[in-house]
Amino acid sequence: MSDTHQNSIVYVRETMLPEAPPPATETGIVKWMRENLFSNVTNGILTLVSIWAIYQLVMAMGPWLMNGIWDAPSLSACREILQGEVGGCFAVLTERWNQLLFGFQYPDDQYWRPTLAFVLLFAAAAPIMFPKHVPTVGLYFTAVYPFLAYWLIWGGTILAPLVAMAGFIVGYLVYSRFVAQSFAAGFFGAIVAAFATWWIGGMIVDLVAPETTVLSAVESRNMGGFMLNMILGTVCVSLSLPFGIALALGRQSSMPIIKWICVVFIEFIRGVPLITLLFVANVVLAYFLPPGTTFDLILRVIIMITMFASAYIAEVIRGGLAALPRGQYEAADSLGLDYAQSMRLIILPQALKISIPGIVNVAVGLFKDTTLVSVISMFDLVGMIRGPILASTEWNGVYWELLGFAAVLFFVVCYGISQYSQWLERQLQTDHR
Amino acid sequence: MATITDPPKGAFRLSMLINDTRYRSLTFQFIALFLLIALFAYLGSNLVANLRAAGLNISYEFLGEPAGYDINQTLIEYDSQSSHWRAAVAGVLNTLLVAFLACLTATILGTIAGVLRLSNNWLVRKLMAIYVEAFRNVPVLIWIIIIFTIMTAVLPAPRAFRGDEPEASMLFGAFAFTNRGVYTPLPIFGPGSSVVIAVFIASIVGVFAYRRYATKLLYDTGRLLPMGWPSLAILFVPTLLIYFILGRPIGLEYPELRGFNFSGGIQIRGSLIALWFALAIYTGAFIAENVRAGIQAISKGQTEAAASLGLRPGRIMNLVILPQALRVIIPPLISNYLNITKNSSLAIAVGYMDITGTLGGITLNQTGRAIETILLLMLFYLVISLGISALMNVYNNAVKLKER
Repeated sequence: MSDTHQNSIVYVRETMLPEAPPPATETGIVKWMRENLFSNVTNGILTLVSIWAIYQLVMAMGPWLMNGIWDAPSLSACREILQGEVGGCFAVLTERWNQLLFGFQYPDDQYWRPTLAFVLLFAAAAPIMFPKHVPTVGLYFTAVYPFLAYWLIWGGTILAPLVAMAGFIVGYLVYSRFVAQSFAAGFFGAIVAAFATWWIGGMIVDLVAPETTVLSAVESRNMGGFMLNMILGTVCVSLSLPFGIALALGRQSSMPIIKWICVVFIEFIRGVPLITLLFVANVVLAYFLPPGTTFDLILRVIIMITMFASAYIAEVIRGGLAALPRGQYEAADSLGLDYAQSMRLIILPQALKISIPGIVNVAVGLFKDTTLVSVISMFDLVGMIRGPILASTEWNGVYWELLGFAAVLFFVVCYGISQYSQWLERQLQTDHR
Repeated sequence: MATITDPPKGAFRLSMLINDTRYRSLTFQFIALFLLIALFAYLGSNLVANLRAAGLNISYEFLGEPAGYDINQTLIEYDSQSSHWRAAVAGVLNTLLVAFLACLTATILGTIAGVLRLSNNWLVRKLMAIYVEAFRNVPVLIWIIIIFTIMTAVLPAPRAFRGDEPEASMLFGAFAFTNRGVYTPLPIFGPGSSVVIAVFIASIVGVFAYRRYATKLLYDTGRLLPMGWPSLAILFVPTLLIYFILGRPIGLEYPELRGFNFSGGIQIRGSLIALWFALAIYTGAFIAENVRAGIQAISKGQTEAAASLGLRPGRIMNLVILPQALRVIIPPLISNYLNITKNSSLAIAVGYMDITGTLGGITLNQTGRAIETILLLMLFYLVISLGISALMNVYNNAVKLKER
């Protein structure tokens, strides 16, 4: 065969041709654009429409942002400076900055307290959020943080949060003493011990509380602005986690009465809008308390939002429990673990891990829903904007700057949390895909 | 050799209530029930004591009394002399109206955005990602307020439409966008219009019958009838013929500027539009994510298998991908509809008179009957939620994968 070819082929090249560069349409930006922007006629039209939309948006927003006035005492002063040109009056943000963040009744000279509490929140959250990167010692600070933050924001005597903390410590000691015998004994013993401590401590505080305190007391109704959203969001999410776990376990329980109590509670809460629950907190809850007791609107709202959030979290965790393979439950049983042990050591750690994205979704939704308290005339960020600021003579009519600021603030927090949860999901992924 | 021991047959002792797993669950349930009853008794006794102290009682008689307030936009006859009950019904209808409109718009928006997020066009993909993230991460209340502000503070007042050289003009001479709401033409049904509507409904039935016949013919004989154009023709030609034969019985009443305001036509208030579009755009972002997840959940092998059977891309989507994706998309879609219905209670923030605004707002404030009105309010939302959940369970069971 080779012989015949030797005669029939006149010329055979024996060296490789040098590599030629690809055609201009197949390299670099041109190729990218052909593939990603103009792959066919429809895509080309879509691209042009998108570019036109972006252009319109930039042309509308650009001058407004660029010409923005950051220093003026009122809207009319802003307009004088602008002299008919397009421009935002961001001076309202600088002038009312403290009101937007802290409400209009928090004492001016005490702003450092909620600010410090906010900064410490990151330090307290870090050991939980990044357990691999922050030393475990930080968890002690996390445990102390709720009481510290309460004392910083509300002020008053330091004894009250100390007693509250003492109750938890005593409860934990009792729990760790008895849990080896039986979980129930440890758990209920801890609750009894904690309540006893609080009761005794409460009496002592009443007796020895000094007239003047290091931090002056600030009443709940003086809380406002974005601070109120942050307080409601963090407190309600953290409180609703244990309740949500309990409700989810109750709903999975084999005891019919407990199961049905949990089902009715969860379905009732999930079936009504949050606003009706806030109405309950505002006008109805007082009827169901012993005559003569009054307590804070904030506390009432926290109770209702916590109930609301725990019902949703319970459903998320129930999904996690249901997603666990049946074998895990059976393995726990066959090891001879009782219910509390198998839940604590085998089931819940895995179920909670599966539920993290759902829990974060609920947390983000709840944080957004804290704006609803403005409907029952509490002055959170939205309440402050719609109430005192837009109603004032100086800033009547500065809608976009204020609403845009609120939107950006919520966006930053919520987007940050959801990005964190996606990161965490990747971290916790232990199966091999 | 049987090593299983029989359960101890000893007499029942009291300590077994705690130590024996057979009885322990009974003990726990009894304690739970007892605590629950005690809690309710405690709350109930407080309620009775508080009501007695305030000189109140629980009664729904106020529902029959005249409400004494106006509702600016209702679907039923209503004036300030109507009863509180009628105000509540008007509110319910307003809730359902805005929920229906928002669900429809959100579905359309969400589907488009969800499909475009999977587009192979980089720019469109990024734009849709920005839309979804921007709207999902900002409270819906803020969006409602923003759109309401556009409707009331940015749009021109009706008087801007007056004069020889008005500052604002109507769109197509039929739609006026003012800060008092959007005015659209109102269809007027003259004599004979019922015939036109009957013919139209008959043609819809006809379209379905034709498509059924075509499918049957395809399966029986393999002959493929055209679907698109005949369906359109059946839908519109008879109706239009009858419409012109009867001398155009259905007319349009255009809004007109009279004095300082528009009259005639339909006035859609800014509050309704704000609520409608804010809910639609906000929930549309969530639906877009569901649609995207649903389409991505179908493995690539399905597309490839369908393609290797020789199906065209359009048919692959319609016959293979969508039926399977819908199974994933529909349950979260329904729960988004539920969210829209519940979020429509935010109407109270912009003064749209839905059930929360009438029953939970003005009626509550006027009569002071907080417990009764809020109970009714919760009952209404509960009935809707549980009803939709029940429907969803029926659907889920119907489309569930039939496994062995």
